[in-house]
Formats: sequence, C-alpha cells, structure tokens
Amino acid sequence: MTPTLQLFLVISAALFSIGLLAALSRRHAIFILIGIEMMLAAANLNFVAFWRFGPQTQPPIGVMIAIFSIAIAAAEAAVGLALVIAVYRHYRTTNVDHLNQLKG
Amino acid sequence: MSRWILDHLWLIPAVPFAVSLVILSLPNGRHKSAAVLAVAGQIAALVMSFFAFLPTLETPGFRFVQNFTWFTFGDHALRLGWLVDPLAAVMLMMITLVGLCIFVFSTGYMAGDKNFVRFFAYLSFFSGAMLGLVISNSLLLLFICWELVGLASYLLIGFWMGRPSAAAAAKKAFVTTRIGDLGFFLGLLWLYGRSGTLLFYDGGDGCLEKAGLTMLGASATFIALLIFCGAMGKSGQFPLHVWLPDAMEGPTPVSALIHAATMVAAGVFLVARAYPIFSLGAINGVTPSLMVVVWIGVITALMAALIAIAQADIKRILAYSTISQLGLMMVSLGVGGVAAGMMHLLAHGFFKALLFLGAGSVIHGCHGEQDIRKMGGLRWLMPITFSTYAIGMMTLSGVPLFFSGGWTKEEIQHVTAHWPASRLPYYILLIGVVLTALYMTRQIIYVFFGDRRVASQHAHESPRVMTMPLIALAICAILFSIVLTPAWPWLHDYLTGTAAGVELVRLIQPTLFLSLVLVGAGFALGIWMYRKAGVQDRQRPADTDPLELAQSQLFRFLENKMWIDELYARTIIAFSWMSARLSDWMDRHFWDRLVRGFGGIGQLLGIFTAGIDERGINAGVDETTVGTRGLGRLISAAHSGQIQTYLSVIAIGALALLLFYAWLA
Repeated sequence: MTPTLQLFLVISAALFSIGLLAALSRRHAIFILIGIEMMLAAANLNFVAFWRFGPQTQPPIGVMIAIFSIAIAAAEAAVGLALVIAVYRHYRTTNVDHLNQLKG
Repeated sequence: MSRWILDHLWLIPAVPFAVSLVILSLPNGRHKSAAVLAVAGQIAALVMSFFAFLPTLETPGFRFVQNFTWFTFGDHALRLGWLVDPLAAVMLMMITLVGLCIFVFSTGYMAGDKNFVRFFAYLSFFSGAMLGLVISNSLLLLFICWELVGLASYLLIGFWMGRPSAAAAAKKAFVTTRIGDLGFFLGLLWLYGRSGTLLFYDGGDGCLEKAGLTMLGASATFIALLIFCGAMGKSGQFPLHVWLPDAMEGPTPVSALIHAATMVAAGVFLVARAYPIFSLGAINGVTPSLMVVVWIGVITALMAALIAIAQADIKRILAYSTISQLGLMMVSLGVGGVAAGMMHLLAHGFFKALLFLGAGSVIHGCHGEQDIRKMGGLRWLMPITFSTYAIGMMTLSGVPLFFSGGWTKEEIQHVTAHWPASRLPYYILLIGVVLTALYMTRQIIYVFFGDRRVASQHAHESPRVMTMPLIALAICAILFSIVLTPAWPWLHDYLTGTAAGVELVRLIQPTLFLSLVLVGAGFALGIWMYRKAGVQDRQRPADTDPLELAQSQLFRFLENKMWIDELYARTIIAFSWMSARLSDWMDRHFWDRLVRGFGGIGQLLGIFTAGIDERGINAGVDETTVGTRGLGRLISAAHSGQIQTYLSVIAIGALALLLFYAWLA
C-alpha cells in the first residue's frame, strides 16, 4: 500500500477529530490542552503532507512551517500549563465547568 | 550765584512746593511754624528769582534755556525745559514780591481761622505752581503748571467749604476755566502735531522759533485761537468771565494773590509768551487771531467796567475791575503792544494786590462785612488803610505822572490809537478810563467818606502785620512808575530787548493831558453823583443808589451783571441739565428696556433649548441606553463562561463552513 495524499489527509482529519472530541468532552483543563495539541499536530501533518505531494520546491517549506508551528505549540503549551497552575492555585480546581467566572 | 540759580532753575518752583508738603504734614494747631515756613519759602523764592533776574539786566534780549528729556517713546523723546528771559524774569519778581506781601498779610488776616495751617500749605502750593508756569520753556510744562494753578485756585476759593456759596463758587471757577483749558489742550496737541515740539526755544528748533513757525502755516490762526481759549478762561475774558466775581468767596488774601495779581494774569502772560504764533503772517501788524484778542478784550473791558458801577460788594467791585483791566491788557497785546500789556500786567499786579489787601483790611476792621453800603466814614478810623487804598485807587484809575498805572494805561492808549484795523477800541478804552475812575470814586466815597453806618460803628485799624504789606505795596505802586515813564522807558526796552535811553522831552505828551482830562472827568462825575451817598441815616444802610434813582432799569441791568449768569443758566446750563435728564430718561426707559429685552430673548431661547433637551434629546438618549442595555443582556446570555460551549460553537461553525464550501464545490 503506497502512501498517498488522501491517506495522510484522512489520518490528519482523524487526528483532528479525536483532538476536538478530547477538548470538548474532557472536564480536566490539562486534557483539554492535550486535545488542542492533538489538533495542532493534525494541522502540522497536513502542512508536511501537502508539501510532500505538491510541486517540489528547493527549500523544504512545509517542514519548516511545521517546525515553526511545533515551536509555537510548545510555547502555547507552556503558557497554557502555567495558566492551569495559576487557576488551580486560585480556585483549587481544574474542572472547567466550575471555571465560569468570565460569563456575561 | 546767578549762574548757579540759572543751572538750577527748577529750585524756584520746587522750594514753595516742598514747603507746601512740609506744612501739610504739620499738625493742625501749629500756626506759627506754618506761617514761618511759608514766609521763609517765599523769601527763598524771592531771593532766587532776584538772582535769576540779575543776568537779564546785563544783556538786552538775554535768554537762558535749559532743556531736559522727560521720557522717550520709540525714537521720539518728549522734552521739557526751563527758561529765563525778560518776560519770565519780571513775572518772577512780581509774583514773589507781591506773594511775599500777601503771605505776610495773611498771617494777620487768617489768624483766627482754625484751618490756618492748610491755608498756608495751599498758598505755597499755588506759589510754586505759578512760578513754574512763568519759567516753563515748554507749552506742556506750562500747561501742567497751569492746571496746578487752577487746582490751587479751586482749593482756595472753596477754602471755607462749609459755606455752600464758596463750594459752588469753587466748582464754578473750576468748570468754567476747564472749558477754556479744553481749547488750550486742543491747541497744544495741534501745535505738537504740526511742529513736532512743544519747547518754546530750542536753539532754533523750538515752536516759537523760525523753523517751528514755518511748519505751522495756515493752521497758526486756529492754534492761536485755541490757546487763546485757555487764556480767556484763566484771565476771565468775556464769555468765560463769570467765575471770577464768584471766586471772591475765597479769603481776601487769596483774591489778592490769585484772582487779581498773579493767576488771572497767566492768560495775558500766555498770550505774550505765545505771541509769535499769534502774530505769524501778520499784515501790517494785524492777524485774524489778534483781531479776536482785541475785540474780546474790548468787550470785556467795557462790560466789566459798566457792571462794576452797580455792585455793592467791595470785593466784587474789585473783581470786575480786574476783569476790565485784564481786557485792557488783552487789547494791548492784540494791537501789538506786548511790552505795554506786560507793563500794565506788572503794575496791575502791585496795585490790585494793594487794593484787595486794603479791602481785606476794611473787611477785617468791619468784622467780616463786605457790603459797601453798610460801611462809611472809615477814613479816620483806618488811616493807613485809607491812605494806601487811595493810592491804589488812583493808580488803578490811571492818574498820570505819579502812579504806575497811569503810565502803563497811557502806553496802552498810545499803541491802541495806532492800530491800523480800527479806531473803535481806542475810543472804548477812553470810555473805560472814565468808568474806572467813576466806580473807584463811588467805592471810596461809600467806604471811607461820609458818616459811619451799621458795619463801621466799631471799626478799628488792622494790626501792623497787615498794614506793613499795604505800605510796601503802595510804595511799589508808586516807585514802579520810575521804570515806566516815556522819558526813561526802561521796562519797555528791557522787555523788547533794546537798550534804554533817557530823554526827558518825551515825558510830556499829548496823551498825558488827555488822560488827565478823562480821569478828572471820571472823578468829578463820581463825586457829583455820589456826593449825597455819604450822608444818610446812621443806622440804616444807604439802600438806594443815586444811579438807581435816576436810571433804575439800567442799574438793575448792571447790578445783575447784565444777566449773563442768568443767560447761561437758561441756555447752556439748562441745556446740559436737559440733556442730563434726557440721558437719564433714555437710560431708565429706553436703554434699560433694550437691555432687558435682549435678556428676555436669551431667556426665551434658554427655555426653548431646555424643552428640546428635556423632550427630544433626553428621551433619545434614554431610549438608546435602554436598547443598549437590552442588547447587552442578550449578548451576555451567550457568554456562559463555559469554555467548552465556546469551543463547540466554534467547531460547529467551522463544520458548517466546511459543508457550505463542499456544497459550493
């Protein structure tokens, strides 16, 4: 079975859907964060797949964007975890159902 | 010494000013120190004036000028200056000499007054201002001193301000002279605008020198007439003479110093000083402005002499006589006899001060009575006063040969007779001579001859401090004639700047006999008319004047000063009263309503906009806020705070978008 673009896109879509499901269904803030990271990973996979199966260019643009994206995701995860710790210290919980102070 | 005084001319007016300030700061009871200070200041001024006078004797036509810059605006400096020339020097001598006599006299006359100290402060103030006036080398400086003199006059006329008549007289004098001064000031501005300088002499650039005069051109006539307005006010010339008789409300020494000898002569002095402007472009010695001077002088001289005949107040008679003599001086100046006019001014200064002080002595002796009809028989009771008064009376009447007034009057008649424009002023002056002799005879008869009447029952001779100045002034009035005679016209030549020569032949002139006849006629007429006035009921005043018996209409007319005061009251004063009332009415009923109307419009506009605010804008704003609040509530409902709800909305949105694009493709 030769790898094709469609295969990668299906895997990527599946990965995104699993991440979205995790982000929507889990109540723990850290799991939601993990879900978001999975959605980002799906996007990165798309970048690389489109680059690999598209018209080849001299610099590996798709891979470079994916690397940048991963760096940003790392930073975002760091900020996210710091927020979760701060929220936990304040409210003594990480259950997002209880973190509803910012309602209108 | 003379040199030093010339370099420090400002000291002459400054000393009396300083003395005045010192006296003002004295406590009210210090009569003696005030008198000593004032007299000492006057002596100092006299000595300094004498030393300033000396160098003018040495060189004919001597003129010393000292200019200084008052202030600078832009690149233009306003300069003032001091000046000594024969004209100023003789005025200095006359003012300080007469002033000294009057100061000494006042120490006796005012002895009982509780405001003695204030009186001498004012008197010194006047003296300083007058001295500054005559040595000014700038029309502006002269004007400043002129106004200060006016202020001093106001203060002194109203010295007994408790009397309503004195306060009214002071006000009248101030306002009347101010009318003339307005003209003077306009003339001053005009002169400044044309010539760019107000200095009289400035090494060839002054406004009285050739360069300045050529710049005036045709406007010289108007400038001269405007300046003459000031002179008319100050010197009591015809339309503006009404204040001078009323000014007799002041203490008698004030009448002598200010309203007879010095201040009222300032107008004559001003015309003499500004004479180059008056005579600019003269044809045969006649210019339009000099014509006006002559005719105003003629009218004044005749009118005042006529009114004097019917007056009953001893000082008012002298006041009208002063007005008449000032008119005479103006005539003399107008016909070209500047020297003659100034000579008469100086002689008049001495004898009129003498007459006024004599009158003061009489009033003092009669315990304040001023009505000549209540006096009488004073000649043995007040011998010194009587003899000096008689000398003054003969000098004023112009008795020839022995009295200074005679010589100067002859000089004036002489120049008037040769006026090319008209002979009429000359004839009127001759009538004036007769009238002068007549009213003075009348006065003397009423006051000193006949029987004693009410006021003179307990009369007494005045103290020595009052009689000494009388004697001094009487001697001056006689001795002064030495320098006036045509045989040795020293003063005339001194004033015109030529060398004096002695020629005894000129002593006897046809005019001498003419004036002898005229004065004699006046005396004879007076004695004949008033021969019975002296012998009347002892206890009652001589109530019916002989002239009244003969010509009651004419007498009434003259007694009431030709109704001029009433004429002014009916015309000018009534007009200004009316216009004041009209303005008041306009203010109250028109302008006030107009202003209130505008206020009302503003108020209406306010109510209108307030309505718009309340009903329109306010409701709109309220509606907007209610709407915004509802919308906010609606939107805030979507913000549940449940982060996963947000996320699922985003996801559903993304999915919908995806499906939409898929459907499009």
